[in-house]
Amino acid sequence: MTQGTLTFSLPRRGAALAVLQRYGVYIAIAVLLLYNLFFTPNFFALDNFRTQFVQVVPVLIVALGMALVIGTEGIDLSVGGVMALAAAVIPLYIGYGLIPVVILVILVGAFIGLVNGSLVALVGVQPIVATLSLMVAGRGLALLIANGQLKSVTDPGILAVGRGDLAGVPFSVIIAVILVFGVALLVNRTTFGKQLMAVGGSRRAAELSGLPVKRILLLTYVLCSSLAAVAGVIGTARLGASVPSTLGNLIELSAITAVVVGGTPLTGGQVRVIGTVAGALLLQFISATLIKHNVPDAYSQITQAVIILLAVYIQRGRTATK
Amino acid sequence: MTTTTSSADQLPVLEARAVTKRFAGVTALDSVDFAVRPGESMALMGENGAGKSTLIKVLTGVYQPDDGDLLLSGASTRFAWPLDAQKAGVSTIYQEVNLIPLMSVAQNIFLGREPRNRIGLIDFRRMYTDARTLLDTYGIEVDVRRPLRSLALGIQQMVALARAVSINARVVIMDEPTSSLEAREVETLFSVVRLLRDQGIAIVYVSHRMDEIYRVCESVTVLRDGRVVQVGSLAEIPRVELVSLMLGRSVDRVQRSGATAFGATHSSDAPPVLVAADLSRKHQIDGIDIQIRPGEVVGLGGLLGSGRSETLKAMAGVMQLDRGSVTIDGKAVRSGSVPAAIRAGIVMLPEDRKVEGIVPNLSVRDNIVLAALPRLSRGGFTSRRNQDAVVDVFMKRLHIKASSPDQVVSELSGGNQQKVMIARWLAMNPKVLLLDEPTRGIDVGAKAEVQALIDELAGEGLAIVLVSSEVEEVVEGSARVIVLRDGSMGTELDGAEVTEQHLLAALAGAAEPMNSAPERPGEGR
Repeated sequence: MTQGTLTFSLPRRGAALAVLQRYGVYIAIAVLLLYNLFFTPNFFALDNFRTQFVQVVPVLIVALGMALVIGTEGIDLSVGGVMALAAAVIPLYIGYGLIPVVILVILVGAFIGLVNGSLVALVGVQPIVATLSLMVAGRGLALLIANGQLKSVTDPGILAVGRGDLAGVPFSVIIAVILVFGVALLVNRTTFGKQLMAVGGSRRAAELSGLPVKRILLLTYVLCSSLAAVAGVIGTARLGASVPSTLGNLIELSAITAVVVGGTPLTGGQVRVIGTVAGALLLQFISATLIKHNVPDAYSQITQAVIILLAVYIQRGRTATK
Repeated sequence: MTTTTSSADQLPVLEARAVTKRFAGVTALDSVDFAVRPGESMALMGENGAGKSTLIKVLTGVYQPDDGDLLLSGASTRFAWPLDAQKAGVSTIYQEVNLIPLMSVAQNIFLGREPRNRIGLIDFRRMYTDARTLLDTYGIEVDVRRPLRSLALGIQQMVALARAVSINARVVIMDEPTSSLEAREVETLFSVVRLLRDQGIAIVYVSHRMDEIYRVCESVTVLRDGRVVQVGSLAEIPRVELVSLMLGRSVDRVQRSGATAFGATHSSDAPPVLVAADLSRKHQIDGIDIQIRPGEVVGLGGLLGSGRSETLKAMAGVMQLDRGSVTIDGKAVRSGSVPAAIRAGIVMLPEDRKVEGIVPNLSVRDNIVLAALPRLSRGGFTSRRNQDAVVDVFMKRLHIKASSPDQVVSELSGGNQQKVMIARWLAMNPKVLLLDEPTRGIDVGAKAEVQALIDELAGEGLAIVLVSSEVEEVVEGSARVIVLRDGSMGTELDGAEVTEQHLLAALAGAAEPMNSAPERPGEGR
């Protein structure tokens, strides 16, 4: 969080809104944890937290890429399709070893990103339309490759990614932490990150300032799909099975929710990496809380819808106060 | 040949009396009187923000006047929405045709009132015959079965006109109708306009092109800052006067100097740093030649729509050229590429600061270093120290008032935002600085600062091209002024010729004789 210090120069109501906008997601997490501390038995057990973190990893990794795309005023609906492709490709090439298959899967993801990015940056298709077609095509292709079948994955290397740990910390969580730092660094400390936000803030101004706008957009979609491919590997590893028909289904919605709840505006120009992490965690904790209190899963989805509405409403307030 | 359409004694078919329209406290129209009579072609003229489009929207029912009355053939009326105006016989032809592109010409003409046969289906045969008859009257030859979009834009416009007239139009308002037409299409349009006029239809003609106005119209209403400054017969108003009326500059008034913060005017004998030759792009600019020397401020004059901004965009690589070349120190610059122009040392301050200039959500620092970022970074990573070195220098030098470099740029005043934009370009060490309306929309103090800065930069050897709609800014700031007219080269003023009087005359194209008599019906065809 490199937002600097808060200055309360706004009137009282505005100030409250500003706090909510900037720290709302953290406050929500704190309230939720507090509630669970008193009302949910065993929530604060170490095992439970480990489970929660392991479960959140795929959504979190997808959300990181989504945050970048949303930062350019875009959206990527094809992330679930990319995860399905990853799942379909893994059993075919796992014989070559873990590292080659991971590289291959990331390349497949990057290729989908290249198609997305080309449609958006070069052809000028609206991001939602471009990635919608890849969302459908990606999963369709995955089912074609896998012959529509579920295959179990038994390679010890890939199973370790899903189930192994280092000094008690699951590998998948370690990977996620590394990626979070990587993306945070990319956004806040690199030329590319600044240019990405400039493109999202005002594409016309970026073009007139001589920025390689098309290249920036291409690279952003490639990054997003590559991260989704990594999420596909981790998801498959955790299941111990290649399930192209359902892996990553509707994950684009969770990822977009996490990004928006975390304070990244859908209008582009800003990317909040740590906020995105918090957004993903909040969603995870909410669904865990509901499950532990035996609330049906359908309600969990409704809650998610309410939260995204609330987050967008609060953000709208931000632009309105300017 | 004497005229038959002496319309001055007739009752106006459409009239606005003391119409006032305000938007959020800004008065767009201030007690405007406007009238057009049957068979009269009235030019409506004015520069940016004069209130032309607001007046048209009031006349066509898009806006309701806050004050004043509309009269239709002398009877008070009210257009609650555009359909009311259309029903009353007021039609508008926009520069972009608003018909249905996939339907045939005939279908477009009869849309909503198609001829029916006995069982209530569309009688296509009759529709085609009627459409052909109608278009024949105006000398428009076209296959009425073809879809509209397969036709040239000029023909499409003619179809729109024919449709308007066939629906009992009594007043036709034409907003910049020729802006995307070929010369030949313009001729056909004009002949149709004359025919309409002969039929007693009133024409309101909005255009920035002087030649057209004098050819098609007989009277003119000039707006400036929301007021009517002149109504009269075009035959009695020479071009120069028309231009001065629009710009609000008196032709014979002795010009006080010192209205701006410009000190010396900068000329130079060095060989030109930038040579632009034959810059051309269809419908926008045609054969523009410009040379600029280091340390020289060259003004680019012209009325609205003369191609000033387009010329800057062509040089800055923003606009792809059909023809022509730009060279810097003798080396050709790739056309249509902003990065190539910037690498060669040509940078442009765009006209619309809010949309094309600042990135509103980024900080002052990020905005200043936006273009220079790759050069201030190491291995793709940004360096705060390198950035601050640049940002500090320019914030001090240009007196950018911000609480800190981290302040979001959209919170600054317009003047300070403009200085941030200038800083962004100076950070690139340019050779040529193209300024499009650098002082528009900023307060007086900032304006003087920007003008003084232009002086200073020229003194340091930067070549500057200045576009401004303020006459005194161009005159006092420039050593030389190149005047553009309708996208082509007009007069060039140098040294002692750079005065308001000369500039006004050049803007009006007064190198030609005072062309005043509009063509009468029946002439020339």
